[in-house]
This record gives sequence, structure tokens and C-alpha cells, in this order.
Amino acid sequence: MAAAVRAGVSGRILGRGSAVGARSMSSWWRSVEPAPKDPILGVTEAFLADPSPDKVNVGVGAYRDDNGKPVVLECVREAERRVAGNQNMEYLPMGGSVKMVEETLKLAYGEDSEFIKDKRIAAVQALSGTGACRLFADFQKRFSPDSQIYIPVPTWANHHNIWRDAHVPQRTYHYYHPESKGLDFAALMDDVKNAPNGSFFLLHACAHNPTGVDPSEDQWREISYQIKVKGHFPFFDMAYQGFASGDPERDAKAIRIFLEDGHAIGIAQSYAKNMGLYGQRVGCLSVLCEDEKQAIAVKSQLQQLARPMYSNPPVHGALVVSTILGDPELKSLWLKEVKVMADRIIGMRTALRENLEKFGSPLSWKHITEQIGMFCYSGMTPEQVDQLTKEYHIYLTRNGRISMAGVTTGNVGYLANAINEVTKSS
Amino acid sequence: MTVAVNVSRFEGITMAPPDPILGVSEAFKADTDEKKLNLGVGAYRTEELQPYVLKVVEKAENLMLERGENKEYLPIEGLAAFNKATAELLFGADNPVIKQQRVATVQSLSGTGSLRLAAALIERYFPGAKVLISSPTWGNHKNIFDDARVPWSEYRYYDPKTVGLDFEGMIADIKDAPEGSFILLHGCAHNPTGIDPNPEQWEKIANVIQKKNHIPFFDVAYQGFASGSLDADAGSVRLFAARGMELLVAQSYSKNLGLYAERIGAINVVCSTADAATRVKSQLKQLARLMYSNPPVHGAKIVANIVSDPALFNDWKAEMEMMAGRIKNVRQKLNDSLSAKDKSGKDWSFILKQIGMFSFTGLSKTQSENMTNKWHVYMTKDGRISLAGLNLAKCEYLADAIVDSYHNVS
Repeated sequence: MAAAVRAGVSGRILGRGSAVGARSMSSWWRSVEPAPKDPILGVTEAFLADPSPDKVNVGVGAYRDDNGKPVVLECVREAERRVAGNQNMEYLPMGGSVKMVEETLKLAYGEDSEFIKDKRIAAVQALSGTGACRLFADFQKRFSPDSQIYIPVPTWANHHNIWRDAHVPQRTYHYYHPESKGLDFAALMDDVKNAPNGSFFLLHACAHNPTGVDPSEDQWREISYQIKVKGHFPFFDMAYQGFASGDPERDAKAIRIFLEDGHAIGIAQSYAKNMGLYGQRVGCLSVLCEDEKQAIAVKSQLQQLARPMYSNPPVHGALVVSTILGDPELKSLWLKEVKVMADRIIGMRTALRENLEKFGSPLSWKHITEQIGMFCYSGMTPEQVDQLTKEYHIYLTRNGRISMAGVTTGNVGYLANAINEVTKSS
Repeated sequence: MTVAVNVSRFEGITMAPPDPILGVSEAFKADTDEKKLNLGVGAYRTEELQPYVLKVVEKAENLMLERGENKEYLPIEGLAAFNKATAELLFGADNPVIKQQRVATVQSLSGTGSLRLAAALIERYFPGAKVLISSPTWGNHKNIFDDARVPWSEYRYYDPKTVGLDFEGMIADIKDAPEGSFILLHGCAHNPTGIDPNPEQWEKIANVIQKKNHIPFFDVAYQGFASGSLDADAGSVRLFAARGMELLVAQSYSKNLGLYAERIGAINVVCSTADAATRVKSQLKQLARLMYSNPPVHGAKIVANIVSDPALFNDWKAEMEMMAGRIKNVRQKLNDSLSAKDKSGKDWSFILKQIGMFSFTGLSKTQSENMTNKWHVYMTKDGRISLAGLNLAKCEYLADAIVDSYHNVS
């Protein structure tokens, strides 16, 4: 525990107008240690600092085109042209852009969702996926103070931080099966069954981060059934809708199954990846309630949590989203562009696997094409990852997660060769 | 087939109360009376009572559009160019704290977000330490420290008898606070009262803070907006920094650049060594990661573009003088109208002595309610009016409302 040591100059009265030299004063912050580098964002920092011409960044999950360049979608550029000169920068309401939230709910719950028609969804604009998860964690703490959250192993590292900072006790459930590099379904189901009734379960709606391993439709149905039996609360983190299969409707399948089965769910949605709006921090938190009255109450409480964090959310990204989704032509363009991104990823998965097999790797790499979404859980050890970085200037997180978005036709051969070299003796 | 939803676990959740400040605008919108006046939230309006997007902001946005930059994640600490510009704006580019790299600056979600990050830092590294906030203060300050689990108490500030500063009370309460407390100070244009200490009083406040080994924590939401001069409005912060004190400063560009909805600001921590600043910055980043990962880019780019271009920067200064000037004119007209209409001889000149967007009228809760119910003047129940929502044409009407509410309602 970091207890501050009071500065040694306590009691020293400094005369009026005198400037005390900085060095002579002990700092309040002596006990503040340097924070460890963020495991994910720290990778990009290291990559940027590397002077090697061969360097490859398959670290952070930000989409790149086949030239390794960031992409701004055409639909986004057009939307920005339309909103430029927008005469109003007034504060959004605490719940954010109403229009943006409406369109966002349609994506998750379905265009014709009865829950939307019946106004049963409490929803607020949030600071992308992180902000949505954080708001929900605080909400869970405040209104279900005795509950705990079950988080899959592995998961996006920040999930643990978020719920910990919200003071919600956390447990884990089995998810990834290292031997098969697939889903540990039996253990997952056991954990669902053994959790105390009424626990909260964090589920990745599609394109699980970091493994890329998703349950099949049948498996989702079984998970849904068991969660219902136990009265658990399903909370979906959906950061990759559209990005997994290329079809947003298909990527929302797990959520739709749970809705059909009558669960009251919560969803964190993000436009960081599927609209390329990373830095704009646009997302949405929704909670399905019993009726309209309850939805109004819950929404008011979510706003109450947001107010002491940032008062109201940023407008720019929300305007871009609502402009795109509110215009049939722009929306259609967006759907095309999302498919292009997803297809490129799928193509790179195939290419990476084929290259590895071509190099004669003794290991099985079929998981590369079986996994889905931006990430591939390669199965490499931290030591092998370190070797990849040191010897080949390839940057990825030490859990062996490869961001397929960083793979291009230009670097896939180099990457496959390097991976083969560090793994062939294992 | 849709199965009925189980009994909701959110059954017991009640409606949260409407936000005392943001709720006012919502009520105003719902009012159909044509005489209605919105003096609630502190958002600048033109003389025509329209929202105002600064010309420099439009120029900056067009530049950004032409350049077609990408939308990648900012680093957790925000846009480097923005962080540099914002610290220099606050302290002056030649200030030793900047030259010695002793300021940890992290872009945050406007003033609220900056305060929240600082509160989280205090909670983590100074467990049990108290924050002292002025009585009264901006309504959300308490919520922020409550939610961050930082204990707070109040120091006397507003004196209803003089409608001015209770300086002796303020000094006494700061002196009485446990050693090592954080003292939340409004850098300029105190919200909600509009009452600022003068330079001599600031020196005395700094003295007692140093003597008690407290740490000063400035909320600077109106730099440039109070007097019209960016440098003058940073005077209190620079005075403390010049004494070699370590301090925290939350900044916001909501008002002075009209970027309200973009949520752009910064938390600055001035440390006694560059090494401490590096460590503190790394921990602020850690706390931000838990809340939203990294801050929104759009507003940061606007600010960086404006501050780094001499022509745009000058344009900004001129627009800010214009906005502050309009407020001063409105204060004068309101003061004159009140003096003319109030035959009781009450001294309304405090309106001229106060500074910034807000004026604490001295009206009570019931009197403020009368303002709304009878006169359709929307304001917060603590008696605060936002002069930014007032124009010369409506001063007389407002004066009538104030005189009526003050004298005829108890």
C-alpha cells in the first residue's frame, strides 16, 4: 500500500514572494512508483521506437490495409464532410447522442426488435468499449453489491482492471483449451453450473479477444440454457460486430439467441474497429429491462454514474456514427467496407497458415483459420515471443496473440518464417 | 418465440434525481413561454442568445478535414502536441516548471475527467487524505470525490452578508484542516459565485497552504474567459508555482474554446522533480486506462492546431476578449437596470465586482424557484445565474424578476 510520506519541509514557512528551489523540496510523490507498461499499448510504443526496416507490428488490434497503413473508411470521410461546419458544439445530454444510441441498439438487438419498440432498453453513449464496460461495472457494484463477475480465461487484459477498480469481486471461468487451441466447452459449462446462482458472466459476443475462439451456434444455445437455469446475468462485450464474419447480423447471433431465450442482458458496443473510429471513443452501453419505466430508471442511474466521470460524452464520433447509420446509402457503403476489412483478415489467416505449412513446420496451424476476428492465439510461449521480437523485430503481446490486421501480403512470408524458426524445435 | 423475461434483478432501482445543473436546461426546453430565459448551464451564448462556434475552431476543423488525418487511438496520455500546448498555456512556455520538465500532463475528458483522474490518484496514493472544497462550489465536485471515494469537507468561501468573499473564514478553515489536505481552488472566475480572491489574498492563501503542508489543487475551467486575457487568468496558478510548490491543475477548453461537447481538457501535476513527474504521469495513465483506455482525439487536435499557429492563436485571443467583453457589458447593464428598478436602495454592485460567466445573486432557493415559476427564468437553486445566457435586451426583464423575487418572496 502506498502511503504518502509527508514532505520533509513540513512546518517550514516560506516567506512571501520567495521562490523555493525545486531541489530543496521533498516531493509529495516520492512513493509513487512508475507504473508497469500497459501490455498491449506498450507493444506499439516499443515498435515505434525500433529503427529496423524489417519490423512488423502485429500487436495492438487496429486494422491496417494490405500496405500496413491505417484506414479511414470512405463512409466516415463522407460523414465528416457532412458534419463539418456543424454549428453546434453544445454539450450532449448526459446519455449522449439519442440518434446514435437508437441506431446502435438496432445493430445489436435487431432492426425490428420488439425490445426497442417497447422501449425496454436503458442505453447511454459510452466512451467506446472500455467506457461501456466501466460504466456497467460501476452500475453492477452500486445496484448488485453482493454480486461477482465471471471473466473468461484468457480475456482482454483490461477487463480485469476495470472490474477490479469498480470493486466488483471477480472469478474466472474456463474458456481457452491450449491443447486444441479451441474452446474448452466442457469446463466452461461446468464453471457456469458451479457458479453461485445469479452470478454475472462476461461473454465476448463474437471474435473473442485474444483467442479468436468463438462457441458454435449450438454451443451458444447450450450456454444460454445453462445460464438461464442458474439465473446468471449475461453481459456481452461486443467490440467486433461485423469484423468477425463480415456480416454484422451474423456476428450478433449469440446475443439474439440469448434474447430469444428470454434473458435480460447487458451489452457493451464499440465503433472503434468496425467503423475505424478508434480515437473518437464512441460506443454504447445498454441494459435490457422489464419494462419502459424500469428502463428510464436504469438509464437515469447510468447517467448518474457518468456525470462524475466525464459529465457527458464526446460529440464528434457520435455525429459520424449517426450520420452514417441514419443514411441508407452511407450505411450500405459501411457494410461493404466492413466486409472488405473482414475478408482481408480471413485472407491473411489462410495465407499465414499456408506459408507456415509451406515452410514445413512440424506443428499444426489449423487453428489460424479456425479462429475468427482480428486476433489469432498462436500458442507461442512468452519466451518464443521475446525471441520473435529480439531477433526478427516482430511485435506482439507476450501471450502469443497475433493481430491479423497487421499481417499483409508483403510481410506474411517473413512472419511465417520467423514463427517457424522460433517454434520448430518445440 | 419469445419467453417472458425473468423478474428483473433491477427491480429495486429508483429514478436518479435530475442533475441540478444539466436538468435546468432540460426543464427550460420543455417551457413554452416566449419570455423564457435560460440562465442555467454555463455555456456561452451570443448577443442573439445563440450557441457560438468560434471562427478559429471552424478554421481548425477545415484544416483537419483537408489534411484527412487518420483516427488511430491516441496514446493513453493523449495527443502529445496538445499536452505540450496546454501546459505552456497554463504556466507560460518559459516557466521553470516547464523547462525543468516537472509537469505531468495527461489529456482528459474536459474538466470533469481531469478532476476525476486527480481524485483517483489521490485515493490511490493518499488514502484517507481529505479534499477541501469551497462552500459553495460547482455541484459536480462533490459527486466526483464521492464516486472516487475521496473524503471531502468544506471551507468557508461565500459571505451572504457582503455577497463577497469570507476571507477570514476561508483562511481559518484551511488552517484547521488536517496537515496534508488537498485544497481545491478555482483558478479564476469562481463557479458559482464569480467571486475571486485578489492577488494579495492569493498570497495569503498560499502562505497558509504552505504552512500547513497542504497541496493546492486548482480547477481552471475559465482561463481567458474571466478577464479576457489567458495570462492574467492563470495568475493564481503561476503565483503558487513560482513559490516552488507542488500542485495539481485541472483544465478545460469547454468554455474558452467553445468545445463543450468535445470533452477536451487536461490534468497537470507539478512536481518538485522531473523524475516524480514521469512516475506520476505513468500512474495517471494507468487510471485512465481503467476508465476509457485513451481520450478522444478530435478536440485535442483542434486545440493543438490553434495554439501552435500564431495567426490562429491571435484570432483565438481576439474572440476570447470579445466573449469576455460581452459578459462584462451585460454585467454593467444588469447592474444599471437593478439600481434603477430597485427603490429599496439595496447595493447590487457586487454584480460588477464578480467575474466570469456566473453571478451569485444572493437569491435563496425559494426565491430562485420564483424566478422560474413566475418569470420563466431558469437558473440553479443556489441563486446562480449564468450571464452567458443573458443579453442586453433582456436585462431589464431580468432585473424586474430579480427585484420581485428578492423583495416579495421569503
